[in-house]
Amino acid sequence: MIDIQAYIDSGVLELYIYGTLSEAENLEVSRLVALHPELKVEVERIETALQELSSAVAPDTSSNFEAIQKRIQMQEGDGVIPLSRKQTSPENKRVPIAAYLGWAAAVLLLVAVGYQYTENQKLEDRIVNTEREQILRDARVQMAEEELQITTQLLDVLRNKDIISVPLGAQAIAPEAYASVYWDKETGKAYVDVRGLPTPPEGKVYQLWSLTLDPLTPTNMGILDQYDPEGTQLFAVDNPNASQAFGITLEPAGGSDTPTLEQLYALGVVEP
Amino acid sequence: MQPDQLIVRFQQKDERAFAELYALYKESILGVIYSVVHDQELSEEVLQDVFVKAWNNASSYSSEKGRFFTWLLNIARNAAIDKTRSKAFKNSKQNQNAAYYVDILEEKSNFSSKVDAIGIKKYIEILEPICKKVIQLLFFKGYTQKETAEALDIPLGTVKTRNRICIKKLREVLGET
Repeated sequence: MIDIQAYIDSGVLELYIYGTLSEAENLEVSRLVALHPELKVEVERIETALQELSSAVAPDTSSNFEAIQKRIQMQEGDGVIPLSRKQTSPENKRVPIAAYLGWAAAVLLLVAVGYQYTENQKLEDRIVNTEREQILRDARVQMAEEELQITTQLLDVLRNKDIISVPLGAQAIAPEAYASVYWDKETGKAYVDVRGLPTPPEGKVYQLWSLTLDPLTPTNMGILDQYDPEGTQLFAVDNPNASQAFGITLEPAGGSDTPTLEQLYALGVVEP
Repeated sequence: MQPDQLIVRFQQKDERAFAELYALYKESILGVIYSVVHDQELSEEVLQDVFVKAWNNASSYSSEKGRFFTWLLNIARNAAIDKTRSKAFKNSKQNQNAAYYVDILEEKSNFSSKVDAIGIKKYIEILEPICKKVIQLLFFKGYTQKETAEALDIPLGTVKTRNRICIKKLREVLGET
């Protein structure tokens, strides 16, 4: 048991409050103050006096807690915000920007390559189409040339002074029908123009006959089964016969040995 | 009385408790700071720093190791001394004059308007010069007994008791006996 009053009178409590004791002394005083209420009362009285003394020398102040509160709340904010702040800090920003730029460049490149590819495809398609058109045009030119050649040949035939033109008149079965035979006796070639005949029904063909009249004898000159309604409708056939007349009958597909006279569409006599 | 309940809540980061503690201690702590810094504006800056530090280090205070006031006092002294080493302090013209070197208790013009009301000014004026010096060094500047003895050229063994006598006189004037 210590002498409380002697301990107080030593002046150690003042130094304890000043905070100028050594750590060991300080802990010892703390322990004793906690143990002895009289010491605690004395400590509080000294402390109060010291607070009044230092308050007395303090300048008048307008300092308020708000300024400190603001600062500590800003700190608290600093403790919370950093996560999001880190993400938006310039250093960290730079990385995403670079990454985004990289991706953007890659995307742009892809788009550009894709664009070039499609453009290239378009060009290739255009070349293919052009080539196809060229082929078609060439074909058409060739066809035209062939047609021209045929027409020229026909004209040559028809203009030949030796050609015999035989108009074939309509018969009862088809009053509007007509045809023509152009026959070159010298070469034994004949050309039949069937444009004036109706389109033959399915399964039927026109067949051309050479006729001698006295007695009436038909000679088969061929079936006109290469019938093309869009073509010249001019057939070249051999005619070595001493024909006196020409007739066209409608026959079953493949033709007949003798003409079916009931189906006589056109008939014309060779003028002497 | 030390507001133990407020201190516990303050240590639990209760801002309202902190606000009350600030109200209780701000003047005495400002006085300590001012005794070192001798500049009102800078002292108020330090005062804020002290309480922000206190808040940030609230968990480091232990009633088993000492008084809460003492804990704040140590933070305040260190912060004030740090401030006197700062550029802002050195650039302040006010601190180029002799005032800085005059002890706070001898600088009559510095007493706040409240002083007269509580009669402390009158007491301080009649306080023995040695008391002023001892209190100045031990309390305001946190000198050790040895440092104080050397500074005042008095025997080491007399520092503690001399201080005790001076504080007792102060308490008589303030009615804190």
